[in-house]
Parts: sequence; C-alpha cells; structure tokens
Amino acid sequence: MSFNMLVLTCIGYVIFLFAVASAAERSAAAGRARWLRSSTIYTLSLSVYCTAWTFYGAVGYAARSGLEFMTIYLGPTLVFVGWWVLLRKLVRIGRENRVTSIADMISARYGKSNLLGVIVTLLCIAAGAPYIALQLQSIAQSFTVFVSDPDAMGLSTDRNLIAFWVAVGLAFFTIAFGTRTLDANEQHHGVVTAIAVEAVVKLVALLAVGIFVVWFVASGPSDILTRIDAQALPEWEIQPGRWTGLILLSAIAIVCLPRMFQVAVVENTEDRHLATASWAFPLYLFLISLFVLPIAVIGMELMPEGSNPDMFVLTLPLYLGQDGLALLSFLGGFSAATSMVIVAALALSTMVSNHIVVPLWLRMRAARQRDTGDMRLLVLNVRRLSITMILALGYIYYVITGGSGALAAIGLIAFVGVAQCLPALIGALYWRGASRTGAALGLIVGSIIWFYALFLPSFGPDIFLSARVMESGPFDLAWLRPYSLFGLTTLDPLLHALFWSLLLNVLAFCAGSMFSFPSPIERVQSALFVNVYERAGPARSWTRPVAEAEDLLPMAQRIFGASEAQTFFRVQAAAQGKQGFLPDITPEFLEALELKLAGSVGAATAHAMLAQSVGTAVVSVEDLMAVASETAQIMEYSAQLEAKSEELTRTARKLREANDKLQTLSVQKDAFLSQISHELRTPMTSIRAFSEILMDAEGMSDEEQTHFARIIHDESIRLTRLLDDLLDLSVLEHGQVQLNITPANLRELIDKSITASNSVQADRTFALHRSRDSEDIEILTDAGRLSQVFINVLSNSRKYCDADHPRMKIKVQRRKGMIEVDFIDNGSGIPRDKQALIFEKFSRLTDSLQAGGAGLGLAICREIMHNLGGEIAYVPGQGGAAFRVSFPVSLQARDALSRPGKDATEAAE
Amino acid sequence: MKPPKTPEFLARKTYRLRRLMDAARLLPIFGLILLLLPLMRHSPELDAPPTATEGVYLFAVWAVLILTAFAMSLWLRRTLEQSAEPPRPDPPGPSVQTPAPTPDEG
Repeated sequence: MSFNMLVLTCIGYVIFLFAVASAAERSAAAGRARWLRSSTIYTLSLSVYCTAWTFYGAVGYAARSGLEFMTIYLGPTLVFVGWWVLLRKLVRIGRENRVTSIADMISARYGKSNLLGVIVTLLCIAAGAPYIALQLQSIAQSFTVFVSDPDAMGLSTDRNLIAFWVAVGLAFFTIAFGTRTLDANEQHHGVVTAIAVEAVVKLVALLAVGIFVVWFVASGPSDILTRIDAQALPEWEIQPGRWTGLILLSAIAIVCLPRMFQVAVVENTEDRHLATASWAFPLYLFLISLFVLPIAVIGMELMPEGSNPDMFVLTLPLYLGQDGLALLSFLGGFSAATSMVIVAALALSTMVSNHIVVPLWLRMRAARQRDTGDMRLLVLNVRRLSITMILALGYIYYVITGGSGALAAIGLIAFVGVAQCLPALIGALYWRGASRTGAALGLIVGSIIWFYALFLPSFGPDIFLSARVMESGPFDLAWLRPYSLFGLTTLDPLLHALFWSLLLNVLAFCAGSMFSFPSPIERVQSALFVNVYERAGPARSWTRPVAEAEDLLPMAQRIFGASEAQTFFRVQAAAQGKQGFLPDITPEFLEALELKLAGSVGAATAHAMLAQSVGTAVVSVEDLMAVASETAQIMEYSAQLEAKSEELTRTARKLREANDKLQTLSVQKDAFLSQISHELRTPMTSIRAFSEILMDAEGMSDEEQTHFARIIHDESIRLTRLLDDLLDLSVLEHGQVQLNITPANLRELIDKSITASNSVQADRTFALHRSRDSEDIEILTDAGRLSQVFINVLSNSRKYCDADHPRMKIKVQRRKGMIEVDFIDNGSGIPRDKQALIFEKFSRLTDSLQAGGAGLGLAICREIMHNLGGEIAYVPGQGGAAFRVSFPVSLQARDALSRPGKDATEAAE
Repeated sequence: MKPPKTPEFLARKTYRLRRLMDAARLLPIFGLILLLLPLMRHSPELDAPPTATEGVYLFAVWAVLILTAFAMSLWLRRTLEQSAEPPRPDPPGPSVQTPAPTPDEG
C-alpha cells in the first residue's frame, strides 16, 4: 500500500472519529446524553488500558516469554472483579469530591495540599513519557512495515520523522477535542465516545486477525494448542517472581495510571456502571488476550527469521496476502495508540494546569495584589501547551532510546513509575492516620528510586548513566548499582526496581505519617475520604460567610464562562428561595461553588481561589475555635434566658403565694373582727342588762344593787383588759413598742413571776421544781416584758394543768449566747393537732370560761419574744405542757431595732 | 426429640446480600490464588513448559472469574440502585442474626 494512501486512511479515520465525537457532544448538549452515559460506553472507554502495547506488544511479549503477557491483563481483572473492595470506594470519593485527576485525589485527601499535587504530576509526566513513546514507536513501526511503495521508501523508513508527525497530529487532535470545555468533571462526552468506538475497532481487528489465524491458517483450536506446544521455548517457563510481581504491578497500574484514573473515576457517573464494568471489562481483556498466543505462535512458525514479533499482528496478514485484514489491523493498532495518547495527554495536561501553572499564577497575581483576570482562557491555553509538551516529551524519549526496545518492556517502566502513587492512594482511602508528610515522603522516596533504578537506565548506557556506573555503581559504590541496589542481585531489573521503590515508599509513607501531625483540614478530609459511606452529603468546610455574591460571580464567570456561571448562581439562588442571580453566601453555597470550581481547576486550586475571595484560607483551628465560641455564646445566651425564665417562674410563684397569704389574712382579719365583736359584745351585753335592771328596779335592796353594780364593774374591767390586750398586741405586732432595756437577774425575775401568777386560782398549790443556781444569770433585756411572758405561761399552767397534784418544773440553760427557760407541767399537755394554733389570736383550747381571758395571751407572748430577739415555742413530748422561752443574754439596741422589720415581715406572713 | 418448627427471625434477603458482599470481597483473593497455581506445577524434566495446557487452564480460570463477577454484579447493583448508601457491613461476631430492615423490592 502506498504511503500516501496510508496517510489518507489515517486522516480519514481521524475525521470519522472527529465526527463521532462531535455528534456525541451535540447529543449531550441537547440533553440526549443518556446513552452516552451508559455502562457500555463506560466499559468500552476503560479499554483505553489496552494500548498499542497490547495490540502489537502483547504478541511480541508472548513470542518472547510465553504466557507471561497475560499478567498484564490478569492484574486488572482481579481489581475489577474485586471492585466492591477498592474501586467502588475510589469512584464514590472521586465523584463526591469532583476529583479531576489522581494528583487532585491525593492532594485533596491530604489537606488539599498543592505540594503533593505537584509531586504526583511530575511523577506521572515522567512515567507518561516512555508510555507515549511506546505508542509513537508502534505507529512508526507499523507505518514502515505497511508501506510497500518504493517512492516513499526513504520517507517511510525514517521512523523519527513519522513519529514526529504522528506526535504533531495527535497533539492537534487531543487539543481540538479535549480542551474545548473546561470543566473536566463535566465528562468529555466526545472524547469518551470516540474512545469507545476505538475500543470496538481494536477489539474487532484483533479478533479478526485471531480468528483468521486459528481457523484459516491453522485448523482450529486443537491444532493451535499442539502448535503452541511445538513452538514453546525454554524461556516460556513461567518465572514465579515475575509472574506474581507483574500481576501485582498491573493491578496497581490499572488504579494508578493517570489515564485509567481519568476514565474509571473522573468520567464515572454512577456506581452502576462500575458494577457492569466489573465483569464486562475483564471480558474485554479476555477477548483481547485470547488470540495473542496463537498469533505469536503462527507468526513464529511462518514469518522469516528475524522479523519483529511486535509487528506480527500486522505483518502476518500482509505476509499471507490479506491486505484488507492488514488494513483493519493497522487501524486497530492506530486506534489503540491514539486513544491512549489522547486520554493520557488530557489527564496529564489537566494535572499540569491545575497543580502547577494555575497555583503559580494565582500566587504571582496575589503577590502583585491584582485581580485574577480571565482564568478561562489561561487554563485552556495551559492545557493546550501541556498536551504539546507531554507529546514532545514522549517524542524525545522515543528519539533518545532509539525506538528499539520491546514495547512491553517500555510499558512496564511506566507502570513501576505510576505504582509509586499506590501507598498514598490506598492510605487516602483506608487509613485515617495517613498524613501529608508521609504521603510526600513516600512519593519522593519511591520516585527517586524508580528514577534511578529503572527510568534512567532504560535510556541505555552512556546516555544518562554511564556504563561504568551501571557496572560498579556511582563512585564505585557497589551497593548503589542501579540494577542491584543494596546488593540485591537475584531479581531482574524490573522486579528489583519495583521491590525497592515500593518497599521504601511504603516505609517512608508509614513513618512520615506516624511521626507527623496532620493539620485540621487534613483531618477533616481524611474523615471525609475514609468514611465516605457513612455520610449523606458532600463535605462541609466553609463556615464563615464573608464574601459577597457579587464578588464571587465575576470569579466564577472567569472560570465557567458567563452564561454557565450565571445559570449556576441563579439555580443556587432559586434553591434558597430567592429571585435573581445573587444567592446568600451560605456555607452550602460556598461548598457547591467550590465543588464546581474543583471540577474545573482541581480541589486545591478551587479552595485557594475561594479562600482568596472569601478570606479564609483553610479551616484552621482558629475557625473551629470561632465556631465553638459562637456555639458557646449561644449556649450561654440560652442559659441566661433559661435563668431569666426560671426567675420569672419563681417570682410568679412568690406572687401567687403572697396572694394566697393576702387572702388568708383577709379571712383572718374578718375572723378577728367577728371574734373581737363577740368578745366585746359579751361583757357589753351583761353590762347593759344589769344597768337596765338597776334602772328599773324600784324596791331593790342595796345588797342587790351592790351585787349588780359589781358585776357591771367586773365586766367593765374585763372589757378594759381586753381592749388593753388588743392595743398591746397591736403595738407589739407593728414593732412600735418601746423596750425598756435594763440589767436584771433571771432568778429574781422568775421569783417575781411566780409570786404574780399565784393569784390565778390561788386555791391550787403547785409543786415547783427549780434549780436556783442555774437561774442565777445576769441578763440585759426588757425585764417587765419578759416577766409578762413568764407570768402568762405560769398562769396558763395554773389554769389548764389537769393533774391531781400539779407540778411545775422550771429549767434554765444557756446556749450560744441565748438563754432557754423551759416551763414544764405534769398535765395532759396540748394535743398535737392544736399545737400549731395555740400562739394564734383568740385561740382557746376549751370553750370554758374558766380561762377568763380573750385568748390573746400566748399571741402577745410570741410578739413580745420576737421583740426581745427570742421566741416562745411549745416543746412536745415532755410529759405535760412544756413551753420554751428563749432570748439573748444581752439584748443589743440594734437587735431591738432590727426586730420591727422582721416583725413586719412576719406579720405579713 | 425434634425441635418445634418455628421460622427463625431472620431477614433472609438482607442476610444473603451481606454474604454476597463478603463473597465479592473474597473473589479477587481466590482469583489470585488460582492464577498462581501454575507456579506450583513446575516440571523440570520437560524441555519446554506445557504452555498450551497452562494457557487453557488460565483462560478457564479467567472465564470463571468473569462469570462469577457477572452473577454477583446482577445482585450487587440492586443495592446500588436502592440507595446511594449501601448497607453497613456486619458487626463482628455471630450477631448477623440481628433483624435488619428488608430492602424494598425493585
């Protein structure tokens, strides 16, 4: 086939892909994207794992090492059938945090650290270069193999030139597709669809060649099996170390490769798709691998000695004269290479712009105190530039290495490079204690070892590392030989580099995490990532609304474009129930905005941008403290409110009690008045009656007259006494009494009181029990009032003591400046239920008139004792009526003065 | 003596689903062990390794893994559709018989 024809075919094929992608984007824009987001498309896009390495290289690999080529597909198979363990969580976290790349994922988990983003980005670019070189090499090789046109021979054999133009073409195609929209999270429908189409093309091509080989060249499966055994070389022996190591390595790579992360995590829309991919993607790998060995074996059998086994897929049909099949095969290989380059370049360019260029630019702008300007164009241009740069790096790698290595060997170098992300990634998902320091240390240590022990030597001797260094180590330090570090000589270079880099990576990661202390935002993020299933919504980190929506809108416009930003703001405002474009700056709104920004420029950058506008750099301890103190203030305020309401309740209760008391008092007052009236009326009635008798009586004897006049006189005295008592009580109660405080002797006071009380029922004799010595106390009080109390108590006893041989016991004791005088008789005492009443006015236990008083005596006593700073109380359980009179030894004037106040309150009670 | 036939109190569907999740977690481990088996069938007396036989064996294991994953995904995807939140993993120990709400159909 002529060279021009082939170029035209390629261009035609690319245009076809272009059309497919455009149609898909138009369809998505029109909202008919449902089928674009189907599980089938998702699974097919995952096939970007199968690059030219698979398409051409696997056959070469099988021809060289037998079944070992399968390890590259068995590892991913294990990861996908075990999706429930790892991928599900990874995809969920990626979707919820709007992760844009593996660098973004790691950076976001470890406190939105840009340092980690930069490290991972650089590592991925370094690892990406050989991988892209591999694709360029395979396309260049396929060109040289295919072209039979003698005119173009000179051109078509210059592989470097072909590789150059292929790189240019791919860069153009990738830029045209990948950088039309900015939001990486909005899924590149066009690209993904184009890749799905390419997946079908390469599968069909490989299956076609395989079926042709098995059923048309050989005579069916059993024939092929015998031919395989016939061709088997001793090198095909499965080597335990490589077999296990490569399964592990490819399993790591399927998770860590930037382009796989792009299609599996970033472009994922639903967990459901993952469920389908869990079996469908292994099935795809199965089908791709199925005919690899047969093609290799037939190629080895038929092709002339010295043919490149990497090109068997292409050269075998050509050799057998199947030009159509060869063209299909060529397109399959072309598809495999282009799809890988496009997705890898996209993923890497996103990482470069989000983690290196934009943060740098923001920092410079911030340092110069300038507005952030139009980010949109900047980001897009940075991505375009990055894509060009990445392809250029791939091309440079290809040129330097000379494009001669086996495809699979080149690919594995890249695998080991990206595998360095694994410890940080797994730690991000499952270990809350993993810290930024640990991740950075692990990544750096692992990368350095990979770089030194695998990447640099891969260029061949004397390019970066001299043959001498390879032979005996730098400075003749044998233990630093790149292929046998620390004297480890039994492993082949690949396993050796994998072993040391991952081991030291994990060690540094764990040690760094254990000995460092994470920042608050790191701890927040670690909880969000590790416990992703235990949480309903996305992360919360914005707590203080500071910025105005008017400030945020221009910023968002610069990133999303005017109409999309405005739509977003309006939708957010509507969600808050507001009209117009400016929502309230709630933490929820900021969160949504940050997520949307993160979809465009990555988590770290989005956070930094919002922080610049909003004014809080990160959720710091201070922020948390502020929140806490706000909470504390609210709690304090509510505590105050509670106290106030309690106080109100108390006041209300007091008021209610006071009201009750007032009502009781009112009742008492009425009772008192009626009692008084009654008490006054009785003597008045008899006075009136006897005066009338005296007035009417004509022939009344003097004796009789005298008798009646005496009665009138007695009743008047009684009346007067009653009125005196009432007056006395009133004076005492209102504290208006004038106390005549004098020194006195208690014993003399008691003596006088006994003598005075003897006039009451003078016919009864009381046995007195006293301890005259203890009574000998000098006191300072109103002696007259005090003896009034004593007399009252003694008289009552004489009146009411019902014992046959009445006895009175007087007991005096001092207690803390108070004197207690107990008057105990041997009567039946006062019933318990009446004990509370005896000190009330007009309370008489019996109706008998023998009392002769108005029932005011004890009430007066109580008032007197209050005025003297003491009290009188009934003491139950003493074998009779017992009254205890207690008063201070020496009554101070101020005590006396303070009484009225207390009395007033007590009176109110 | 025969114990009385009382239906055990067990949300059967949820229980099955959880065991299925366990199986999904174990599948890659069993897969790996099966894929490592050829290493133990090394026969030094042959000049060339039995590539055809081992190849058939490996592809068979591969096919079994795919079929198992397919069967499991049919069940597991239901849990994904029911709620964004998958059921919590079992508490450790034999307490799997704690009644759990039966997931809705459909």
